[in-house]
Amino acid sequence: MSRPVSSGACDACVARSRLLSELSGHLEHSRSRIEEVLALGNDELLAGLAGERRDELAAGLAGLDVEAERERARAVGLETICRCDPAYPPSLRGLAAPPAVLHVAGGRARLLELVARDAVAIVGSRRATPYGIEVARSLARGLASCGVTVISGMALGIDAAAHAGALAAAVDEQAAATPAATPGASPAATSAATVAVLPGAASDPYPRSKRALHRRLVATGAVVSELPPGSPVRRWTFPARNRLIAALARMTVVVEAGERSGSLVTARIAGALGRVVGAVPGRVTAPQSASTNALLAAGAHVVRGPQDVLEALFGADAPAPTARPAVRRELAALLDALGGGLPTAHALARSGLGAHDGLAALAELELSGHVRRAPGGGYVVIPP
Amino acid sequence: MLARIATFTIDGVDPRAVWVEVDIHAGLPAFTIVGLGDTAVRESRDRIRAAIQNSGFEFPARRITANLAPAFLRKAGPGFDAAIALGILAASGQVRARALGDYAVFGELSLSGELRDSPGALAVAEGARGAGLRALIVPRERAREASLVEGLQIAGVPDLRAAAAVLAGAPPPPLPEASHEPRARGPRPDLADVRGHARAILALEIAAAGGHNLLLEGPPGTGKTMLARRLPSILPAMTLEEAIAVTRIHSLAGLHGDGLVSERPFRAPHHTISPAGLVGGGSPPRPGEATLANHGVLFLDELSEFQRSSLDSLRQPLEDGRVTIVRGQRALVFPTRFVLVAATNPCPCGYAGAGDRCECAESDLRRHRRRLSGPLLDRLDLLIDVQRPSEDELRSPPCTTSADAAARVADARDRQLLRLAGTGRRCNAEMDGALVRRHAALDEGAAQVLARAYANGTLSARGRHRVLRVARTVADLAGRERVGRVDVLTALSLRQRTGADVELAA
Repeated sequence: MSRPVSSGACDACVARSRLLSELSGHLEHSRSRIEEVLALGNDELLAGLAGERRDELAAGLAGLDVEAERERARAVGLETICRCDPAYPPSLRGLAAPPAVLHVAGGRARLLELVARDAVAIVGSRRATPYGIEVARSLARGLASCGVTVISGMALGIDAAAHAGALAAAVDEQAAATPAATPGASPAATSAATVAVLPGAASDPYPRSKRALHRRLVATGAVVSELPPGSPVRRWTFPARNRLIAALARMTVVVEAGERSGSLVTARIAGALGRVVGAVPGRVTAPQSASTNALLAAGAHVVRGPQDVLEALFGADAPAPTARPAVRRELAALLDALGGGLPTAHALARSGLGAHDGLAALAELELSGHVRRAPGGGYVVIPP
Repeated sequence: MLARIATFTIDGVDPRAVWVEVDIHAGLPAFTIVGLGDTAVRESRDRIRAAIQNSGFEFPARRITANLAPAFLRKAGPGFDAAIALGILAASGQVRARALGDYAVFGELSLSGELRDSPGALAVAEGARGAGLRALIVPRERAREASLVEGLQIAGVPDLRAAAAVLAGAPPPPLPEASHEPRARGPRPDLADVRGHARAILALEIAAAGGHNLLLEGPPGTGKTMLARRLPSILPAMTLEEAIAVTRIHSLAGLHGDGLVSERPFRAPHHTISPAGLVGGGSPPRPGEATLANHGVLFLDELSEFQRSSLDSLRQPLEDGRVTIVRGQRALVFPTRFVLVAATNPCPCGYAGAGDRCECAESDLRRHRRRLSGPLLDRLDLLIDVQRPSEDELRSPPCTTSADAAARVADARDRQLLRLAGTGRRCNAEMDGALVRRHAALDEGAAQVLARAYANGTLSARGRHRVLRVARTVADLAGRERVGRVDVLTALSLRQRTGADVELAA
């Protein structure tokens, strides 16, 4: 990092990135071996995949207007860094095929700073349960508040919850720093410790429904992709994206994953790269926890909360996450019952609270951040 | 010879005076009715002719013209039969009417001369009194209903002969006994039949006490409909004025027997209902379910299945307590003051929040929420989840009875009436921002809780306002003048989900 940060990607890398985008449809056929295929050189890719379009694409590549490519990226607010740049994240160099160019929304300098810290990937199923969502969110929040960067894929479910948790930690910090802030106006944090790696272009939110999250990530974190603007999302881009998530993080935590979840790809690559793999235990009967429990059985670290992650990363001298204020004794029984997975009504009955006190108690636990109202009106416990 | 007699037509839900003028003079036998009548009015010629002959009178073989004035008003329905027939009898001298100008006549004729039961007698009676008439002749079945209007002599007659006799000066027949009142119906739904559901019952009580609209959310078969049906049983008893208003509208819609409607209406339209069916419409405009539920409960089961346009049409009725239907140059106003209770599954499969049974993806949930009309959710003050009661709860005694709950509700309503006297509002749900600020005085603990919920983003500004209104009601139920900490916490736990909540929960 002694060299001053250069202005962007070099010509060869820009061309390589454009080639992948152009070959996107052809790469679809090799998606099962995408890591090996991406490691091939330009000529080999063209020879092996392009078929009839080979000459046309080769000519296009040779005559590529690299400056126009750079301008296209700049126009949508993307900054770039290529693997020829010494500032390129070293964690990615261990990959069989390090991405030629990283397209960054939210600032190249901020991305480099965020991935230079200790980073943890939190990934999991799109079809997550409220339990999984809560765990992902609180895990990310706890880790981000300890200065760990949370990396994920901005997908529905677990991924989005992880980003949201890290963003919330930044808001917490901001609020703590300026206690006199106007109540209610949630202060916009200037920097959040989270990075999203997208399967399409970094400037295009994917999935579209996470536009708002994308906006916040660009404003305070970083969004990154190896594909240039305008690249379509295809089936092969997901495992390709997952290898970046696994490589950028020192540890990958799978929160919930069904039988064939893409997050297993992330965990596998992380293992192959020699990164730490962790999983959150779930009920043995829950299909959404089938693969996480299987990972645990295969020797992954048990992750019950931020503390487990910190210990896996730092050993004994892990920083302690800030403890949550204790609950009043009357509420503890209710919290325990809810934490045991009882429906709200039964939990209230178990804790001996009447309807009236019960409603007030639930609101109190919600206010103090111990529980959250899930869809369906039931309450789920937010893990410490 | 000319005779003139008053009757009424129903315009929307309001009576309008119609003068029936009958002229008989020499000429070829003919019978024409003029005055913008619909098909039923045109067909009434044949009914009237047969009814007069079969009652032992003579149908004049001369030129008969009946005019329904004012001529610009569109007249619908068979309710003019009796008035026209009596006009013919008077004009032809077969009835020596002594005070024709004092009487209004209302009813449909059968061919045999009977006065058939026709809807709307109460509205007609109100119109007759408003027009300064002294007496009203109605079909016998409607006499009790019409007699609810004071200061009007009611003659409930079985047929045309009896009606003619009354016009000629015979004493009106006595009011019929309340033979079929109360109507035979099943036992009234009572909260004493409910096991478990303690929180939902409390939410019902709060909804009843403050007039708040309520959303029940829960898996299929957990008792949402069963609970909603019990809301009328704990609402305060209707005042006479309210009861008459309800009776008038229900009579028009042909919904009840005779006499006064004493129970608050409970209307549960099916989810395929059109906007016109829900808030009123058609030609001529008829009141919709929202108006039939006036002073009672409108229950929308499977809220997410309703057409978006139907739900959106409820916005004005919910906001203003009435709906305006414009047809041509006329605007009709239907009253729509009701408590809205809506029920919905939490997700398409119905089992979100019920353990691990839910199989819906986040996108399914999102779609489901989108189907619920946002502006409508915004007007539902309370949200409560309804879950399957446990085995223990099913064996335990009921939480409360409707009578006990109704007494608490009535007390709370009395406090509100006293507090809101002179503002034109009657319950906490109707308070606007200024009234909430004036009347929802928080004690210290309550203010702290609210400030915290607002500061950490749990509440939006609008949500805060709504929580205050509900907290005011909770305090009223407990008999507290100042809103306490527990009241605000209770209101918070019943708050409607905001956009932020949905985003977080997804």
